[in-house]
Amino acid sequence: MATETDKMIVKVWRGEKNSGAYETFSVPKKENQTVLDVVTWIQQNLDPNLSYRFACRVGMCGSCAMMVNNTPRWTCRTHVKKVLRGDMLEIAPLRNLPPIKDLVVDMDPFFDKWVAAGGHHAPSASRYDQMPQIQSTEPERAEANKAIECINCAVCYAACDTVTHNENYLGPAALQRAWTLVNDQKVKDRGAILDTISAKGGCHNCHSQGSCTLHCPNGLDPMRSIAGLKAESIKRSLKGN
Amino acid sequence: MDLRLYIAQRLSAIVMIPLVFGHIGVMIYAIQGGLSADEILSRTQGSIFWFLFYGLFVVAVSVHGAIGLRTIISEVLKLREIFLDLIMWSFGLVSIFLGARAVSAVTWI
Repeated sequence: MATETDKMIVKVWRGEKNSGAYETFSVPKKENQTVLDVVTWIQQNLDPNLSYRFACRVGMCGSCAMMVNNTPRWTCRTHVKKVLRGDMLEIAPLRNLPPIKDLVVDMDPFFDKWVAAGGHHAPSASRYDQMPQIQSTEPERAEANKAIECINCAVCYAACDTVTHNENYLGPAALQRAWTLVNDQKVKDRGAILDTISAKGGCHNCHSQGSCTLHCPNGLDPMRSIAGLKAESIKRSLKGN
Repeated sequence: MDLRLYIAQRLSAIVMIPLVFGHIGVMIYAIQGGLSADEILSRTQGSIFWFLFYGLFVVAVSVHGAIGLRTIISEVLKLREIFLDLIMWSFGLVSIFLGARAVSAVTWI
């Protein structure tokens, strides 16, 4: 059992843009402690210049994701005990996104791709029209439900090797969002979304490695959503639309 | 990779599945009791079946391999689209040419 006097060695990535190095800190172990607690402790006690991003601390906002021992995780929902290797912890900015400073990355490419994948609501009716009644039991709604709880934390984006090797690839989160819209009767032109995600950088670049599904902290299955997009886009293509 | 290439690669894979099993099955069957060039040619020369079997196999492999190679080169070397297409078409056409040459050599009388 850990006591207050026990210490762990924490290597934290420090630097700006693409230049930097790991800096080592000695941090006290606690009985109950998340990785975010460790980063906060370093900033409050050892180096106030350490930059990192967080907000809710309870796994709702999706802003504290970092690489912890080379694995993308929500730091607020990751207990140190679960990930400690011996007495070592390595914390780095999210993979596949440009670092700004220390543990903060530029999320613009991630959100730009979200929009590029058609991830905005284009309504099928105005506020003066009757709203379509959608039952929760309808197959399309059930399909959308499985993917709707994404909070844009970019853990899947950081986990994806295809994103690493193909800068045009839209990535799992944006494609999963597109899949929810393809299954949404309130969206005006669902075929247009399938056309968007069939273009260069679209869903057909996915190799189905499944890192997105493996690492999603919300337990979602982006790989399945992408498989759905592949199937629907082929059907649309064969129909000649 | 776009939708067109994706469909071409999946269709060529579907075509190859039975052909791969047929190819391996015949190999296992044919090597029983030794194997000679005469034995192979006696089976394949003048056979429309083996001409179509391996002719289709060559086309499917060429399409599948060329698209796969394009994807690998795209991700590893990050070349521009025009070079990727050039490599894909060159590899595919050379594969078809060499394959067709081999198939005609063993099936033509």
